[in-house]
Order: sequence, then C-alpha cells, then structure tokens
Amino acid sequence: MDNLKDNDTKTIIKVDDLQTSFFTHKGEVKAVDGVHFDVPAGKTLGIVGESGSGKSITALSIMRLIEAPGRVKGGSITFNGEDLLAKSEAEMRRIRGNKISMIFQEPMTSLNPVYTIGDQIAESYQIHQGLSKKQALEKALGMLELVGIPSPKARLKAYPHELSGGMRQRAMIAIALACNPELLIADEPTTALDVTIQAQILGLVNDLQKDLGMSMLLITHDLGVVAETCDYVAVMYAGKIVEYADVNTLFANPKHPYTVGLLKSLPRHDIDQEELEVIRGMVPRPDDLPNGCRFAPRCPFAREMCVERLPDLEDQGDGNQVRCWIHTDQWDGPEVNVRDDYGYSESTQS
Amino acid sequence: MFIYTVRRLIQTIPVMIGVTLVVFLMMHLIPGDPAQIIAGESANEQQVEQTRERLGLNDPLPVQYGTFVGNAVTGDLGNSIRSGRAVTDEIGARFWVTVELAFYSTLLSIFIGLIAGIVSATRRNSPLDMIIMITALFGLSMPNFWLGLMLIQYFALNIEWLPVSGWGTPQSIILPVITLGTAGAAIIARMTRSSMLEVIHQDYIRTARAKGVKERYVVYKHALRNALIPVVTVVGLQFGVLLGGAVLTETVFAINGLGRLVVEAIGQRDFPIVQGAVLILALMFVFVNFIVDISYRFLNKRIDLD
Ligand SMILES: Nc1ncnc2c1ncn2[C@@H]1O[C@H](COP(=O)(O)OP(=O)(O)OP(=O)(O)O)[C@@H](O)[C@H]1O
Ligand code: SF4
Ligand SMILES: [Mg+2]
Repeated sequence: MDNLKDNDTKTIIKVDDLQTSFFTHKGEVKAVDGVHFDVPAGKTLGIVGESGSGKSITALSIMRLIEAPGRVKGGSITFNGEDLLAKSEAEMRRIRGNKISMIFQEPMTSLNPVYTIGDQIAESYQIHQGLSKKQALEKALGMLELVGIPSPKARLKAYPHELSGGMRQRAMIAIALACNPELLIADEPTTALDVTIQAQILGLVNDLQKDLGMSMLLITHDLGVVAETCDYVAVMYAGKIVEYADVNTLFANPKHPYTVGLLKSLPRHDIDQEELEVIRGMVPRPDDLPNGCRFAPRCPFAREMCVERLPDLEDQGDGNQVRCWIHTDQWDGPEVNVRDDYGYSESTQS
Repeated sequence: MFIYTVRRLIQTIPVMIGVTLVVFLMMHLIPGDPAQIIAGESANEQQVEQTRERLGLNDPLPVQYGTFVGNAVTGDLGNSIRSGRAVTDEIGARFWVTVELAFYSTLLSIFIGLIAGIVSATRRNSPLDMIIMITALFGLSMPNFWLGLMLIQYFALNIEWLPVSGWGTPQSIILPVITLGTAGAAIIARMTRSSMLEVIHQDYIRTARAKGVKERYVVYKHALRNALIPVVTVVGLQFGVLLGGAVLTETVFAINGLGRLVVEAIGQRDFPIVQGAVLILALMFVFVNFIVDISYRFLNKRIDLD
C-alpha cells in the first residue's frame, strides 16, 4: 500500500532550468530559456503556447534530439531519478522509443515512405527487445489492433501513402507505444488533422495513457485540448514558462495576462461570439527578445518596471506559479484584477 | 509490380515504332539517292538500278518501312557496303564490347559515387566533404580523352603496370573503365550528397531517431533508400550516355567498340552500318529507360501506377 502511494506521487520527469539555444550566424537564439516543470507519474502535463514559444524544442531537448546548430546549454533533465543530460548517446538510444516515446505533429511526413507500417512498428521491438522480425511483426499486429486500425493484418503490409492522416497518426501512436514507454511526449498530435479525427485521436491517446499507466507531456496550442486531457498545465511564452498550475486552478483562476488572453481566444459554445478575440501583436522573435517581461510589448497592463526587469516565476500559494509583476509585492501600478480588467470573467460567468 | 512492369513494357512499343521510323527515314532524308548511296559512289547506273530493285526502293514508303521492320526483327539489317558482310555480324561483337565498357564504367561510378556522396553528406562541411566535392568537380570537368591519355602516360608507359590499349583481359579494361566512369562517379557523388542532405532533414528521419535507431541505421536504412530514388534516374541516364558516347575512350585505347565502328563507317560512307548502329543504340536506350523506371518504381512506393 505504501508503495502504491509512493508511486502515486513519484515524479517521472523533472526539468530544471532547461536552456536550449541555436547558435546561428546571426548570434544565439534562445529557443528555450530556463524552463522548469515536472510530470508526476501517471499524470498528463500540458504545455501550451503560441507558435514559436519553444514547446517542440523543449520536447526535443528531453529526447536529446536537438540538431546542430542547436544545443542544450544548461539545466538538468531528470528522468526516473537519472540525469538524461549526462547520458551517453548509446544510453539515450536505449531510452528513446523504449522508456520515453514521442509522437509528432505531422502524420503525413513522420512515417518513412519506403517501409511498410508493420516494418516500422516492428523495428521498435527489434531494437529494444531483441525480437526476431517475425516475432516483432506479430507484436506489431497487436499494436495496430490496440490503436484501432481496421483490418490490421492488411495494414501491416501497407505503405504510409496508402493510409489517411488519421490512420497514419494511429500508426505513429502504435510505434510510440510499442515498448510500453513510461513517458509519452505528444507534440501537437492532432493539429494537422480534421476536427472529428482530432477528437478520436485525442480520445485514443487518453484511453491508452490510462490503460497503460503512462505519464504524458502533451504539447498543444489549444487550451480546449488541455481542458479535456491534462492534469497540469504549463503556459509557455517566448522560451519561458509564464504560468504553471493544475488544470482546474488554471481555468478557474488564471493569473497571467497571457494565459487570460489565450483563454479569451478560445471559441466558446455558451455565449454568442461576434468573432474570436486574439491577443494583439506577435510572439517576439527568439533572436530579438525584450529585456524585461517578454510579454510586455503585448500586455495591456505593462508598465515601465515590466519593460525593464524580468519577473520570476513565483509560487502563489494556491497551486499557481506565475511570472508577472502584478502578482508580486513590487507591483507599482494600480490594483488590477487581470481577469476582470482583461474582460475574461464576464464572459465566463455561467 | 508485375502489372506495372507489363504496362511499362507495353508503353515502350510506341517508342520503338518511333525509333525504327526515324532510323528508317534517315535513309530517305539524307541528301542524295538511297540506292546510289547503298550501291556506293563508284557504282554505275545499272548497279544502282539493281540495288534499287533488290532493296525494294521502288515500293511505296509504308511498304518499305514494313519490310525494314520485318527484316530488322529477324536480325537482317542489310549488308555493309565496305565488307559486304551482314550489318548484324559487323555490329554484333563490337556492340558487346561497348556494352561491357559502359556497364563496368557505370558500376565503377555507382560504387565510387555512392560512397563518396554518402561520406560527404554525413560529414557535411568537414574537410573530407570539401576534398570529395572538389575532386568531384575536377572529375566532372576533366575531358574524357585527356584523362585517358594521362592514365596511359602514367600507368602504362611510366610504371608499366597496365597495357596501353586493347580490350578483353582484366588488366586491359581497368584504364578505359576509369576513364569513362570518372565523370559519372562525380555526378552520382554530387547527386547522392544533395539527395541525402535533403532526406536527412525529413520528419521520418526524426521519427527513426526518436525510436532509438542507431545513427548508422538511420543513415543506411532510413535515409539512403529514400535518397537513392533520384539517383537511380541519374545512373540510368549515365549508362545511356556512356553507350553512345564512348567513342573518344574507344579511340584513345584502340578498343574495337561500336563507337569506333560508327565513326569509321561514317568516314567510309558505309550507310547500312551507321543505320544499324543507331538503331541498336536507340533500342538499348529504350531498354535502359525501362529498367530505370522499374527500379524507380521498386524503390519509390509512393508512385502508384498500377
Ligand atoms: N534550427 C533552428 N535554428 C534556429 N532557430 C530555431 C531552430 N529551430 C527552432 N528555432 C527557434 O526556436 C523557437 C522555438 O521553436 P519551437 O519549434 O520549439 O516552437 P513551438 O512552440 O513548438 O511552435 P509551433 O507551435 O509552431 O510548433 C522558434 O521560434 C525558432 O526561432
Ligand atoms: S509583468 Fe508586466 S508586462 Fe509582463 S505580464 Fe505582468 S503586467 Fe504584463
Ligand atoms: Mg512545435
């Protein structure tokens, strides 16, 4: 019993002050700049943020798959108590696709066009479990059944181009889950799919996660997906986490102006919307970041102190961690209630 | 795959008709009287008339074409003006010499080109990559015959390791094959490199790495097979070019191949030989293209023509 409890609260992966940069001829591009989070065993952490905020680079850093000219520059990534950044390439290979798996955004291009679906799933078993091709293909068949691909026997011999986007993403999931990983990183697994297919794939991933007892890192720019899937949420902006909370707290009591802005831009069913609101302005380019708060150029509450100094990610005592001057003692402006003053809460009252 | 092969085979029929038609018309399109040409310049009126009668040149063109194709199918391409021997006999042996030369040269260029291209791509921007690419540029811009002469000068005359000329013994084929294969190796190396570099950044390569595939297999299993798809076309084209373009190499090494035969025949106005050689080369080209398409299709599962 004690053991079980222990497992319940165990942290599967802990990312601490992760810094990943690309060293281009124009200078250093800080794609991920001091990111912290952890994923409790069996839980799902969502990472949300607009395009270019560094979500994929965070995921690829965990996999140690950052390609030149990029490099993990600092911080630590602890998986099951072991420091991934200290592992050799050979040790990492034994972890990839085995203990930590990843599925990608683009099902159309993420499968190798010249090998059959069966071969591509079987490869995982051949690599990590040393199975023969025949045994591996049998197991691959089981995976195709598990991910709900119709007539799996025939699909085993199909090439990727013979499958629809949704079916390919199921095949990708089969590859990722083949060796029963402890952590699944899903990088916008449904973004490229039709809405109805999106719901199916998301449902599938959710069910499998529960059945297999995996932990999951779900990357998305869709807060709707987060609400349906995640236990915890990290909101990422320009290479940094700006808010971290459990999912209920985040939706009930969002604190960072950026989070509130994102929530406002969600399509809603309970009220009539003339048009979706979007946060004005654009994500700053990582090679040209503001010195102070990175959201300052777009933030309706920004003051001089925001432009000058970068706030820390501070614990709010109620499960929230927020990186914003408003939520500190040092805030030198008038009292603001971010939700009300941003015009979020009126529209959310039910 | 089988259906595709058959369909592709059927598709070659119109091409072959076109080829035979053009070759047939060559005779009628060159200035002068075909009968006079075939009978030879020194033939008198009566001989020319006899030739015209014998070759059926008084028949309407379509009938003549029918006869031409009919004869060609049964291996009758007429007789050489110089020797009087059957064109097929004259061409036969020499044709195989040229095919052999082109074949070994292509093999060499594939072997060297692929290795150099892969090494270059996997060690992109390293000194080795630069050395390979500069060498390839040299290989590409060096005239064939000049390379042949240099090789003869060094390996045959200076250190006397290999024979100056001829064809048939293993030693004698080395220099001509290097001479002819170098440019192709350079083209294939460059093509393989750029194709590999393109493929290595594809999403499915990242998928393979995320699966825990060893880098060696990422390159040779996941990337190479995709990267080879465009290279196959180049290889086929290369072989075709070598077939028709070995003349200089054959001349430098005094190899009795088809290229030299054609050049001689043109010089001697031995028209049936020229016609026969062009026909054989063109058909060979069609055949090589057919093989290229089949292997292309075999490598690239995305083409669905069945
Ligand atoms: N190869 C590279 N060279 C230079 N900069 C890069 C490179 N790859 C990524 N970056 C930078 O890192 C930043 C973060 O990229 P990332 O792919 O993590 O964004 P993301 O949050 O996943 O966005 P999206 O929602 O579009 O997938 C990008 O804005 C980009 O400028
Ligand atoms: S720190 Fe200032 S600029 Fe940044 S989010 Fe808070 S109020 Fe806006
Ligand atoms: Mg991304």
